[in-house]
Amino acid sequence: MDTDKSKEQRAEQRAEELKAGGFIPQRQRGKITVRCKAPGGRMTSERLAKIAEVAQEYGQGLVHLSVRMSPEILYVELSDLDDVVRELEEVGQEIASCGKRFRVSTACGGCEYNPNGWTDTQRLAVQATDRFFGQETPHKFKTTFSGCVIDCPRARETDLGFQGMVSPRLEDEKCTNCGICVRVCRDEALTMDAKELPVRDADRCTSCGDCIKSCPLDAMVPGRTGHAVYVGGKHGKHPHVAYPVAQLVPDDTVMDVIEATMDWYRQHGNTGERIGNTFDRVGIDGFRRALRDVVGDGLLTAEDLQKHGWRSVFYRGLADTFPQYGALD
Amino acid sequence: MESRAMERQADEKIDLRGTPCPMNWVKTKLRLEELKQGQLLEVLLDDGEPMRNVPGSVKAEGHRIVAAAPLEHGFRLLIERAGDAAQ
Ligand code: SF4
Ligand code: SF4
Ligand code: SF4
Repeated sequence: MDTDKSKEQRAEQRAEELKAGGFIPQRQRGKITVRCKAPGGRMTSERLAKIAEVAQEYGQGLVHLSVRMSPEILYVELSDLDDVVRELEEVGQEIASCGKRFRVSTACGGCEYNPNGWTDTQRLAVQATDRFFGQETPHKFKTTFSGCVIDCPRARETDLGFQGMVSPRLEDEKCTNCGICVRVCRDEALTMDAKELPVRDADRCTSCGDCIKSCPLDAMVPGRTGHAVYVGGKHGKHPHVAYPVAQLVPDDTVMDVIEATMDWYRQHGNTGERIGNTFDRVGIDGFRRALRDVVGDGLLTAEDLQKHGWRSVFYRGLADTFPQYGALD
Repeated sequence: MESRAMERQADEKIDLRGTPCPMNWVKTKLRLEELKQGQLLEVLLDDGEPMRNVPGSVKAEGHRIVAAAPLEHGFRLLIERAGDAAQ
């Protein structure tokens, strides 16, 4: 039989080991917060019920939804840690991570059920988390998936963010020249030509898809869909706006983008340095070169960033202060 | 400019100019539900947000927009009510 003391010692040692793995010491001595894994902020009601049950039994009946979508069970006794983990495992509920590693991906509803979504953010968040979760990086590494350019999950403020985008395509023969699409476009990217057909200025288009949704006769249809890629964003004391680095990246390239980005970061980032700070120190063109191997001509250039479509994604005034991208040989 | 399909007679008309989102869609939906399958509802909507939202919602519910035309202020849509199965 274990003595209480040895049980406590083992628990403390375990907590040290796993501090980086989803157990956060609270300011109350001996109490920890248990962060549960929920890629994309989604989980089954069965798991949610179990989390509630565990919070009731081992905590104070309190759960906090973390800023990045993880349910956190508060006020758990350090010595109950093993039991808590075992109970959560019964329904397949895993523990999330903290520290210098790939964190659980966040995502909005995306195209599965959000009327605005163009990409399957939920599926990708699970796929990315399954593949990269817990892998070590120089500092924390956060990823997120937004279903459209409205960007509710804030891809622009994340280490690596993906944002759904769509290129509208006109099926001339279905168009009745009603002009709705021209009037709904907020970026003045559409105009009526001499034949009263809408023509798109691709340099002004922000790929929001409003014209597609509002075309009454389905004459404006989705052409290519894919992801805008943002890298180097973060919150914190010294926030960073992410660099838009690629466009219309297809779903099946997304995992390669994550892998290439983490590889580059591990090679060039100093310990304790977020990837945005690494760009500050060594520049971004080296990373762009590595990314080009994965995204090809999806890579954004200095000229692209001068176009209305990309200038308009920057916070007010920032486009002019943003570092120039060099020409890659 | 009027399109040809617009000449089909509307069974009901509703002017929702001045009615903001999402009430304009709620009213459109309720009025459509009063119609029989295949009947036509004419809806007048403001430019801007309403035109960004209502046509998408109409299509998502399975109804068909058979014609659309700009007005001096706003837009006119002619919507064919879908069968209940399509919704
Ligand atoms: S980013 Fe787009 S798809 Fe995602 S929740 Fe916001 S509006 Fe919906
Ligand atoms: S996708 Fe958006 S920005 Fe591009 S043309 Fe359509 S409405 Fe305008
Ligand atoms: S909204 Fe559709 S039908 Fe009307 S002008 Fe645009 S593409 Fe043509």
